[in-house]
Amino acid sequence: MARRVAVVGTGQTYHKSHRPDVTSREMIHEAVTAALADAELTIREIDAIVIGNMDHFESINYVDTYSVEGSGGVMKPIMKVSTGGTTGATVAIAAYYHVASGLFDRVLAIGFEKNSESDTTGAIITCSDPVWDRFSYSGAIPSLATEATAYMEKYGATQEDAALIGERDRNHAMNNPYAHLRRPFTVADIMNSPMLAYPIKLGDICPRSDGACACILAADGVAQKIAPKPAWFKAAAVRHTYTWFGDSTDYNKGLVSMQRASKDAYAQAGITSPVDEIDVAELYLPYTWAGLKWIEDLGFCGPGEAPKFVAEKNTHMGGKLPVNPSGGVISTNCIGATALLRVAEAAIQVMGKGGARQVPDVRNALATGFGGCFWTDVVILSSEKP
Amino acid sequence: MDNAAIVGVAQTKYERRKKDQIFADLVFDVTRAALDDAGLGIDDIDSVVTVSNDFFDGRTISGMAVGDACGGQDKNISTVSGDGTFGAFYGLMRVLSGYKATIVVAHCKGSEGSLPLATNGMFDPIFQRHLGIDAISSAAIQANVYLTRYGIREEDIAQVSVKNHGNARRNPFAQLPMEITVADVMKSRKIAEPLKLLDCCPISDGAAAIIIAGEEVVARCKTKPAWIKGVAHCSEDYLLGDRDLANPVALRDAARRAYKMAGIRNPLAEIDVAEVLEPFSYMEPLWLEGLDICEPGKGFRMIDEGVTVMGGKLPVNPSGGALSANPVLVAGLARLIEASLQVRGDAGARQIKGAGTALAHGFNGPCGQSHCVWIVGGNR
Amino acid sequence: MPTENAQGELLKVTFTHPMPYDWSIGLYGSRFFQEIKENRRFIGIRCHGCGLVYVPPRRVCGPCFTELTELVPLSDTGVITAFSVVNYPFIDPNTGAQRPIPYTYGYIRLDGADNIFSHIINETDLNRIRVGMKVRAVFRETEKMEGNIQDIRHFQIIG
Repeated sequence: MARRVAVVGTGQTYHKSHRPDVTSREMIHEAVTAALADAELTIREIDAIVIGNMDHFESINYVDTYSVEGSGGVMKPIMKVSTGGTTGATVAIAAYYHVASGLFDRVLAIGFEKNSESDTTGAIITCSDPVWDRFSYSGAIPSLATEATAYMEKYGATQEDAALIGERDRNHAMNNPYAHLRRPFTVADIMNSPMLAYPIKLGDICPRSDGACACILAADGVAQKIAPKPAWFKAAAVRHTYTWFGDSTDYNKGLVSMQRASKDAYAQAGITSPVDEIDVAELYLPYTWAGLKWIEDLGFCGPGEAPKFVAEKNTHMGGKLPVNPSGGVISTNCIGATALLRVAEAAIQVMGKGGARQVPDVRNALATGFGGCFWTDVVILSSEKP
Repeated sequence: MDNAAIVGVAQTKYERRKKDQIFADLVFDVTRAALDDAGLGIDDIDSVVTVSNDFFDGRTISGMAVGDACGGQDKNISTVSGDGTFGAFYGLMRVLSGYKATIVVAHCKGSEGSLPLATNGMFDPIFQRHLGIDAISSAAIQANVYLTRYGIREEDIAQVSVKNHGNARRNPFAQLPMEITVADVMKSRKIAEPLKLLDCCPISDGAAAIIIAGEEVVARCKTKPAWIKGVAHCSEDYLLGDRDLANPVALRDAARRAYKMAGIRNPLAEIDVAEVLEPFSYMEPLWLEGLDICEPGKGFRMIDEGVTVMGGKLPVNPSGGALSANPVLVAGLARLIEASLQVRGDAGARQIKGAGTALAHGFNGPCGQSHCVWIVGGNR
Repeated sequence: MPTENAQGELLKVTFTHPMPYDWSIGLYGSRFFQEIKENRRFIGIRCHGCGLVYVPPRRVCGPCFTELTELVPLSDTGVITAFSVVNYPFIDPNTGAQRPIPYTYGYIRLDGADNIFSHIINETDLNRIRVGMKVRAVFRETEKMEGNIQDIRHFQIIG
């Protein structure tokens, strides 16, 4: 059976829209160095590496072999996994299985992206089916816009309800020295920002960032010697439900992949009442409406209840279940690293290393990845060894 | 290690162009065939690993194309971007972590993209890519380094092509079964000095699938299991100029760790058959050196000495190898499939008599930068 | 020349070459485009497990994991289930140039199908387009058809 596994160190670069001072390889090195320092390990003590990004953002084939000097992978086992927006969580989960299998004791997980090196929407369009969808597809925003429209029509939610998510996360980012966008941002600012595709405005969506993130995972028995308070994996669940865009559009059903993945994760973790048992959540929310609709799919509140749940500040810092103390994806989005940042930030919360963004007394922290064809990855970390 | 096994395998016939099938069609076919081979249903599978590459497929998130086709819609699924031997390794890790059975599927249609451009993408965008270097020209550099170092003649490496295309005649899945001579190889069109057309793999379309299972599922499969004895991977440095291209150090490291897991002390004596990924003829002897099957610089003698031919002490690539079909990424999984079939005794006309232990190998990156080595056995 | 780590101008290398592909459409996809050319209508495929009709036709039903074989003729009409008037500029990877905006990306449930088909709707005035409106495909002239998605010019609102 599986060995117990914990995150014992994290590292991330600072995030900017453009890092002309470093190549991808050098940027990866910054994150790896920071993670090793956090865990007080040297690269010699790392047994294997898992890395991921999205190829066409930098146009580098085989980034696992390209990046070895930055990742520390020279004469080490290294593997690349890649699943779109979910990549970072996919990397963390792959690293988890490396350790859980009993084959490796200390594994480095790396996600990165230099979104400045290509046209982000152009690169995202190439994820659509070349025969059927690429001619008309225009990136992630229109499909999210239709999801938002369906949610507003079904429950009477308003654009201001969604804008509050943006205000919350952007204010949280003020506490995170690594966040990309660190300026106060209000509901009014978002409402006044330019309309991109109704009802999504510029202030409702994530930026594109350059950045990298690394996490170190270790096995039971090893982890305790590295970290005073390891962040133990209680659950890792993935649902990449849809293959065809045209099959994924019944938005009234909610985000099916997130419902299924979180149900699986809660079962693994023995969680029956998420809102009571989860202390903090780092969610991959690429746009504001996701902060309403998807917390319903996670079971944080009932269908249609999210606007009220959020307005009552349950998900703000100091609330019942703070969401995105880091500032989330609305503040920082280096796509291949984004979901790993969620896992890293969840680990930081469990390990009590959050500084100004620390939520007190975190026992269970939940992280999600989102991407592909409305896909979800879920990780639950805990201060208690399962 | 002996608590997980390969219980089902399937591959398409490899062809230059499969016009009638999209990626999902190929994967759907091998998924069902692998389940049939194992005697399992899709509900017996609780974990899925797909293998694909965005450059070769011409699609970001290339794994998205095959989720339905491998039955992954409501299962824990992931995608390895790299050779199939690496995807299979991830599949094994999941089984060792508690999943009952993982299906690993790989697809590639070399016919649809531009392999020179896609493999040019492996090289450093600032210092190398504009030189036009790709998989073939970098391989030619490696071949030159290797041949020069040990005084190997072009005729010596041409023998690999003769042997492997000849072996392919007994493999119904191979793309290029051929009865050729060293003279034919030497006469074939020069591609990049010293490599000639018949020293190089073809462009191929195809897909493959394997099912890796833990003991509980193994017990109810209809097929004889190929027990996984050892597996390891390792990468060396990136820039070609930083490497000794005639000394595959990462392969040697991976091989030694895999042997240790499998309890193998003398690979030449203890391994009965090997399948190595050799898209270029010179790679087979070079990889045999990296695998400690022979000493450095001695790999090219193995055919003359009758070691690696059918009927030899350690036949290499009875399937015909990647020289006879090279759907990139799938090709490594095909090596593992062949190794499994050999230890099962199901390799048909190319069966090595009494094959109890088999080696399979795949790699990623330019000139074999990152290698993965598997040892499978017919008995626990 | 200074040898210390003096900060000079930060340079970049630009790579703009296209990477060509030649994707197969497959058996059912090819039938789909042939049907458009011959009969100016769509075809879908029915799953015998769950009864759903998928368009474009494909070989496997994801939820049922069963082989699909029953092609079913559809018409050339459908209903808008969602749309978005795209206003932001981006590089179109199909052409390497900026795609003309605004344009309307539409989700259309073709009559007789259970999933949706995405294409362009030739209406960018938000006052004249609504979810639930009926649309009809406008095809290219038959002799100009090439067997690809652009054999459908766009969908047009018919009420």
